Order: sequence, then structure tokens, then C-alpha cells
Amino acid sequence: MSDDLHDLYQDIILDHNKRPRHYGVLPDYTHTAAGYNPLCGDKIDVFLIVQDKRIEAVQFEAACCAICKASASMMTETLIGKSLDEAEIAFKRAGELLSTDRNVAADLSVDGEIAALAGVRKFPARIKCATLPWHTYIAALKGDAELGTN
Amino acid sequence: MNNAPTFDSRRARADFPILARDVRGKPLSYLDNAATAQKPVAVIEALDRYYRAENSNIHRGVHYLSEQATDAYEATRAKAARFIGATDPDEIIFVRGATEGINLISHGFTESVLQPGDEILITHMEHHANIVPWQIAAQKTGAILKVVPVDDRGVLDMEAFEALLCEKTKLVSVVHVSNSLGTINPVKVIIDKAHALNVPVLVDGAQSTPHMAADVAELGCDFFVFSGHKVFGPTGIGVLWGKREWLERLPAYQSGGDMIEKVDFEGTTYKGIPGKFEAGTPHIAGVIGLGAAFDYLASMDRVGALQHENALLNVATEQLLAIDGLRIIGTAPNKASVISFLIDDIHPHDIGTFLDAGGIAIRAGHHCTQPLLKRFGVPATARASFAFYNDFEDIERLVEGLTKMKQFFG
Repeated sequence: MSDDLHDLYQDIILDHNKRPRHYGVLPDYTHTAAGYNPLCGDKIDVFLIVQDKRIEAVQFEAACCAICKASASMMTETLIGKSLDEAEIAFKRAGELLSTDRNVAADLSVDGEIAALAGVRKFPARIKCATLPWHTYIAALKGDAELGTN
Repeated sequence: MNNAPTFDSRRARADFPILARDVRGKPLSYLDNAATAQKPVAVIEALDRYYRAENSNIHRGVHYLSEQATDAYEATRAKAARFIGATDPDEIIFVRGATEGINLISHGFTESVLQPGDEILITHMEHHANIVPWQIAAQKTGAILKVVPVDDRGVLDMEAFEALLCEKTKLVSVVHVSNSLGTINPVKVIIDKAHALNVPVLVDGAQSTPHMAADVAELGCDFFVFSGHKVFGPTGIGVLWGKREWLERLPAYQSGGDMIEKVDFEGTTYKGIPGKFEAGTPHIAGVIGLGAAFDYLASMDRVGALQHENALLNVATEQLLAIDGLRIIGTAPNKASVISFLIDDIHPHDIGTFLDAGGIAIRAGHHCTQPLLKRFGVPATARASFAFYNDFEDIERLVEGLTKMKQFFG
């Protein structure tokens, strides 16, 4: 097994894939959006409860690959309880970790589990799998019901 | 003596330089042939030779090189006709691929055949390339698109086909071999039944031509399309064959230079076929490279190659099914060497990435057949597709890779 493959499918990713957190339709959501990647057929629904500019709850439901599911699961854990301003910073950080332009160093102690997303960078074909949940979250926040990525 | 297939895949493999390379530090097992086939050295050299020593435009030069290029281009038209059992090279139109071939026909039917209430009959297992052009044609003309269902094995429902085929049907357009399932469709039966009602039939041969000799005269179809890159030729070139009376009846698809007889500002007269459908400078290098691919295929034992592929299909099917939790989508009794599969809850994308790390190239996704996969209730499959240069070692590596993957994700 190659090291790169281990970087991609780290224990954190495998764990979130097997036991996705905050999975399922969220009743009483205030925001929702469906994300879809027509290239591979990955589909995800993200549900939010936002009150007083704070994210009270995030849940998701998906038919997607391990990378997408783990990214979504980690996203829920990252976002829950954050103010919208804090969530914006977290969203940008996830984008940085997944960007091949800057190859920023990931730090588990600072970034938390989403540091594992940095392993996806070596697999350009899979970056969109990891970004889909995050873009769907933004679409939900903005009130866009459907999001397609290419 | 035994009756073991005598086709020497190892020798064929040596004709394809890319198969000798490593990928991610491992020998390459290329099992994505339904997406595109690899190129023999004869094709690569023909392209190289054309650009180094023969490059010139065709059909207009008075000079030596132009005459040579024109001859090579037109010689390929004759080879293409032979390749699919057509007798008249003028009925061969060079296009970019099967997709453009279908678009050319749908454009012609939109312009000069379809009327409101007419019906176009396709099947549930079509590639998007044989769905979307007909949706657009239907939208533009008021015609109706009808779809023949498939059963759980991925076999066409022929009773439904007969029920749907009627006086209103203006065209049946059907895939010869399914790119997602591998199903070989009974196109001869379809053509005979359609012709009994004077309905023309288009056969999408993109996935049949890489595996088996297609014969349009024997099939009796009215149109046949295929892509060069899937028959071991260059990308960006393909063939549309049509019966002369149809090609003469359908209007030009694009217009410009090389397709005209005489241009005045008051009006223009067009060339006859095939020139009418080949506006502008064509993909000359692609056509010449495709000619080399036809020569290559003509020089090999295609019957032996098909037997070898069928042996690969049978062994791979048996060994894959022995993997716990693996399910094959597409279990028609009559199949080409294409296997779509799912494993437990491991997503096809993860299967593809995992195998790729071991140098094994497969396809993961919807294979441009979203309605078909929806029919089977899955958003995507992993797909291994074999060519004659694959061997049993490729299957061993595939099975070994999947077994390791199951442990990893277990």
C-alpha cells in the first residue's frame, strides 16, 4: 500500500466514513441545500439550524464516496456551535487545506480532525469529493436550494 | 491437441507501447478500454509520419504532398467501409466520433424528417450521446421520445420494443453493445422488425466495434456510428456510415469550404456525399491514423481475439463473484467483455482510487448512462473493461487489489 493512499484514507477519514456523525435528515432545519457532482454522481443533502447568527445544528445525508462522507461528517463537527463568522473562517481553512496552490501545512492540534483533508491534495481527481459538502453548506446558508459542481 | 484459444495476447500486448510503462510505481493493468483503447505502434507511427513527412491539406492541392495526403485520406474511407462491411466508400462520413455521428443524423432528422407527433424510439441502456440529441430533436420538432425498458439482467424487453414500435416511429436508435453493462443487443432482430414497418434504424457501434466485426450489410441497418479512439485509433475521429439514399436526403450538418460545388452570393450548390457532410479541413492526421488502426485490426485474428476476450470475461466474472459482497450489474447471457460491479458499501470512486494506487486503471462513475444506473437504483458503478491485449494476469491483479481493498475498508 502506498504512503499517498494512506494519507488519503487516514484512520480519521475511514472512521468518519464508517461512522458518520450527525447523519440523517434534520427536522426543523432553517436552511438546506442539495449538492451534486455530475461527474461521479455524488449526492449530499445538508441541513442547518441557524439562530442568532449561530449554527445550532448541522446534519447531512449522502450517497457518496468515503472522502465526501468523511469530509461532511468532519464538517458537521467543525461547524456546530460556531457563530457564522467563526464558521466562515472554518470554511476558508478547509478550502486552504484542500488547495493544491499553497500546500499549507495541516496541524491536527490546531485544525482538529479536518487536518486529515490535506491528504486529499495528492489526488486531484478527489478534491471535489471533499469540497462538495462544504460548498453545499454555503449554498444552504445562502438559500440556494441546489448546487451542482463540475 | 486441445481447443484452447490460440490467440497470443502477449504478442498483441507488445504492439502497444503504453502497456509496458509503470503507473504509480507498478506495472500498468489497463482495464478501462470501454472509455478509450490504447494505440498500437503502427497508429502512433502513422501520425508521426504524417506530421513529419506528409503534412498537407487535401482535396485542393496541385502539389505532390497534397495529392499524397488526399490519397491516404480517401484510402481510409475505403478501409472504413471494409471494416464495417459496407460496399460504397462514399457512404462513409468522417466525424469526430460516435457522438458527432449521432448529432449529424439527429440534425438531419430535425430539419427534414420529424413532424409533431412523430416518435423516436431509443432504449433505456443508451449512452447520453444517444439520448440527449434525440431529446433536443423532439423538443425542436414536437416529436416524442419513447424508451424501450430493460430487465433486471440488463436485457432489452423485446416485447415492449414491439409494442412501442408503430407507424408513428420515424427512427429507432439503439446501442449495439452497452458501455455500462456489456449487453450485446439483438440489433438484427430490431432492424428486421423496424424495417417491416419501414422504420429506419441507427446502430451505435461505439462499444461493439472494439470487440467484434460489425457488418452493416448483414445487419441491414440504415445508419451506423463508431469512434476511432475506441478501435485503437486516434482521438477526435470517428465514422458515420449511412445508406446512400438517406445521406442524400438529409441536409448538410455544417457548411463552409470543401462541401460546396459552387458558391455565388445568390446561392450555393453542395457537393454530393460524402463531401456534403465534411465541411472545412478535416482531421486529416486522425483519419490517416485511423486507417493504420484498420490495417492493424485487419492483420490480426479478430475471431481469436474475441474468443480470448470472452475467456477473460468468463474468468473475471467467476473470480469477481467469488469476492464476498461483490455484485455485478449487467448479467445478460450475451455480453461483451465489460463488467460493472459494486462492493458492499464501498463507493466506486474509492474502489477506483484504491486500484489506481496499484497501477490498475478502471472506470468509476455513471459511464454517461445515468438513466440506466437509475433503473438499477445505483448512482455509480466500478467498471472493468477488457481488450484483446489484456491477459489473465490483469484479472489476478484486479482480484488481488479488490481483496486488499476490502480488508482496508473492512
